[in-house]
Amino acid sequence: MSIQLNVNGQDETIDSATDTPLLYVLRNDLRLNGAKFGCGLGQCGACTVIADDQPIFSCVTPIMMLEGRKIRTLESLGTEEHPGPLQQAFIDEQAAQCGYCIPGMMMRAQALLERNPKATEAEIRVALEPNLCRCGTHMRIIRAVLRAVDAMAGA
Amino acid sequence: MDELREPRAITRRQLLAGTGAFIVSFSLLGMARGQETPPAAVMPAPAPASPSALPGDLNIDPMLDSWIAIDADNQVTVFTGKAELGQGVKTAILQCAAEELKIDPLTIKLITADTVLSPNEGYTAGSMSMSMSGTAVRNAAAQVRELLIAKAATQLKADPTTLTAQGGQIVGGPQSLTYGALVTGETLHVNAQPTSKLTPTADFTVMGTSLPRVDIPGIVTGAVTYVQDLRPDGMLHGRVVRPPSYTATLADADTASIEKMPGVVKVIRDGSYLAVIAQQEWQAIVAMRTLARSAKWKEQASLPDEAHLPEALKALAVEDGTVADSNTTPTGVVQTFDASYTRPYQMHGSIGPSCALGQLGSDGVTTIYTHTQGVYPDHAAIAQMLGVDQTKVHCIHMQGSGCYGHNQADDAAADAALMARAVPGKPVRVQFMREQEHAWEPYGPGMVTHFTGGVDANGKIAQWDYELWSNSHNSRPGPPGALLSARYLATPFPQDPQVFSITPTGSGDRNSDPLGYSLPQKHVIWHFIKDQPLRQSALRSLGAFFNLFSMESSVDEMARLAGVDPVDFRLTQAADPRGAEVIRRAASSFDWAGWTPVPGRGRGFAFARYENHASYLAIAVEIAVNTDTGTVRLVRANAAIDSGEIVNPNGIRNQTEGGILQSMSWTLYEAVTFDRTRITSIDWQTYPILRFGGVPDSIEVDIVPQPGQPFLGAGEAAQGPTSAAIANAIRDAIGVRLYDLPLTADKVKAALLSVPAVD
Repeated sequence: MSIQLNVNGQDETIDSATDTPLLYVLRNDLRLNGAKFGCGLGQCGACTVIADDQPIFSCVTPIMMLEGRKIRTLESLGTEEHPGPLQQAFIDEQAAQCGYCIPGMMMRAQALLERNPKATEAEIRVALEPNLCRCGTHMRIIRAVLRAVDAMAGA
Repeated sequence: MDELREPRAITRRQLLAGTGAFIVSFSLLGMARGQETPPAAVMPAPAPASPSALPGDLNIDPMLDSWIAIDADNQVTVFTGKAELGQGVKTAILQCAAEELKIDPLTIKLITADTVLSPNEGYTAGSMSMSMSGTAVRNAAAQVRELLIAKAATQLKADPTTLTAQGGQIVGGPQSLTYGALVTGETLHVNAQPTSKLTPTADFTVMGTSLPRVDIPGIVTGAVTYVQDLRPDGMLHGRVVRPPSYTATLADADTASIEKMPGVVKVIRDGSYLAVIAQQEWQAIVAMRTLARSAKWKEQASLPDEAHLPEALKALAVEDGTVADSNTTPTGVVQTFDASYTRPYQMHGSIGPSCALGQLGSDGVTTIYTHTQGVYPDHAAIAQMLGVDQTKVHCIHMQGSGCYGHNQADDAAADAALMARAVPGKPVRVQFMREQEHAWEPYGPGMVTHFTGGVDANGKIAQWDYELWSNSHNSRPGPPGALLSARYLATPFPQDPQVFSITPTGSGDRNSDPLGYSLPQKHVIWHFIKDQPLRQSALRSLGAFFNLFSMESSVDEMARLAGVDPVDFRLTQAADPRGAEVIRRAASSFDWAGWTPVPGRGRGFAFARYENHASYLAIAVEIAVNTDTGTVRLVRANAAIDSGEIVNPNGIRNQTEGGILQSMSWTLYEAVTFDRTRITSIDWQTYPILRFGGVPDSIEVDIVPQPGQPFLGAGEAAQGPTSAAIANAIRDAIGVRLYDLPLTADKVKAALLSVPAVD
């Protein structure tokens, strides 16, 4: 059984069971490393991607629910050679320790900034509540998102 | 397989030959060391051989070319046996090498922990990467530079003092020679010397700067960074089915019907060990769940009563040891303080469950990509488990989710080896599930402490009696019984019994000797717990976290007895000027002197020198208590750290901020729960940790410059002081001392209801 998915602007034909969570399709079939497996339960946010304009837990969202929706992953934000503003902000703030949670944080922040380009620190903290970081990089993550707010406003 | 190294064991000689290298006979020596030295299995971590020895880990591998290689094309390769755990060690080691070799750090090729290619530096643990490996690399690089200058002087017939190293060349007036042209044959295959001509701090251009972490651009753009990102062609997906409890044995499982499920390649049943291997990841997960449902286990109630854990732990103590004894009796005590403190089992709680990739090659070598902290100890343990020679297991470190100590990285590596053996030639990626990581990781051990102290008429500490009840906080591999799955095989490897040992670095007793203060009397006893009712091992800072929670809470109470400000109380009794300096700086950064009490707010202070020989750290915190709910929020933290010579200030700051937040989470929220049979903390609902709602407004970290001093490491210094500072701030805010971790809202609320505020 195959399903059509639109990922980072590309149409993809996926030959997997329709109840397969999106995360495994992104990571294995499409070889996209951004979304991470953290809990498989929708509790930690490491797998966060954007569907249309909403952040979703890709680890608990079956691909059958995503046909016709535009899925975006970390890879849509830019490249190592040409990082996007949010990526550059995380680099500038050195906002990572082990870095495993960071792509999920970034995609949730990206969804916030698209919805609310002038997000305040308080709004950023509330928006990131579903995502866990174990290294204690929170202060830098908040600073990086605030830096991206400024960068995007100036752009 | 383009992102993988050759699956077969390659030698360092081959690696360098492949890049047009000059290299030499050394590599054979490296092979012998790496692959035929069984003591790696039992070494907890390398230690300096003798006081007169070489700098850092040059002691365990004195040949310069074990650390630095330069090929004919001028490519510099640096080898470290330490691993990137998210602490930024790759970047800091590159800075050390680049500074002394006078080259751009980003031009250096860095090889990290690898049982074929890197020096055997044991575990990446104990905040020792910079003091051991950073020191070795820096000294080796300086000595290589001087060798190259001497060689250039001969070739150029010049006075060596007129030559300088810069940008990969030795330059003297109009003449120059590249490093690559100077390195021939066995030029670098020489023993390191005890002293090096190190670059003075004032001349640093690379060290001492906040060089951005080399791995962060890849992390934020989705580059292959973690073991989890490996997916060589033909890769299969492995999942284990763990027993429901530690002592469960497998009675029955329907493996035949599982083998017929879509995509399933293999079901492994070996004693009580169950695993599935499938073509697609989701197929492996579905098969794992189905197999788990079909499995019948014999379970027994073998866990202590969680409601009475402290009593259960104390009852398990089998042997007492003296950690410190002044052999004096307390004199002049006018007021005493007496308290018991408790800590539950607490988790590493990596955000990414453990993962490894294994492949059994046609030459009989099992290659394992792993995020373990110790590739050498692992390869020895795994080889023993498999019943093969150590040369048949090649472990290569690759980054994983942060581990903060001995999590299940080693167990995943062992499972990758077992599954790879079942499907020869095929790479298998093993990924643990969230509930498996939570329920089976070796926790930071539960502990109990008891303090009796007193102050004299001068307001000084006159009595210090301290007891702790604890396991050893180390059950890492070497022995194969340290690998989880090895214990459940049909021919099982039982776990080695815990060994009681009191060392300067400490384990359960880490930091329990109160060397930070000048005391007329002290007596410290460790009641050693040998049994391990819950699986437990090294969690960031070992016993230091809870010993310092207990000790620095007690110091705060003694300051109250003495009627002295807690910062002044510590300052006047600090044993070491460097300790006093961080105390002064943290207090100043917080504006301790300018504090005005506010209802519902409190401030707390704590200090320690980690391990009594590493970094000094003092911290002042402000907390807010919601008196209706009991919820405590850290509002701000101001820390000062002295970790010796600074390699990367931003790296030290990042590690310290992280340590403060993680310790805050342990202190306020975390306890592993269990019934008499099973662990019940199996996800983030049943084991809550810090979320953004609990993140403070600010954290400031002041770094004390120490030009020319040894590296002291920074990774674990904040864990202990942060916990006590928070407890002291709660005491300040509500007038009640809390003794039992975690300091949850329920406990704070109960304290608020039980005792009227007295301060």
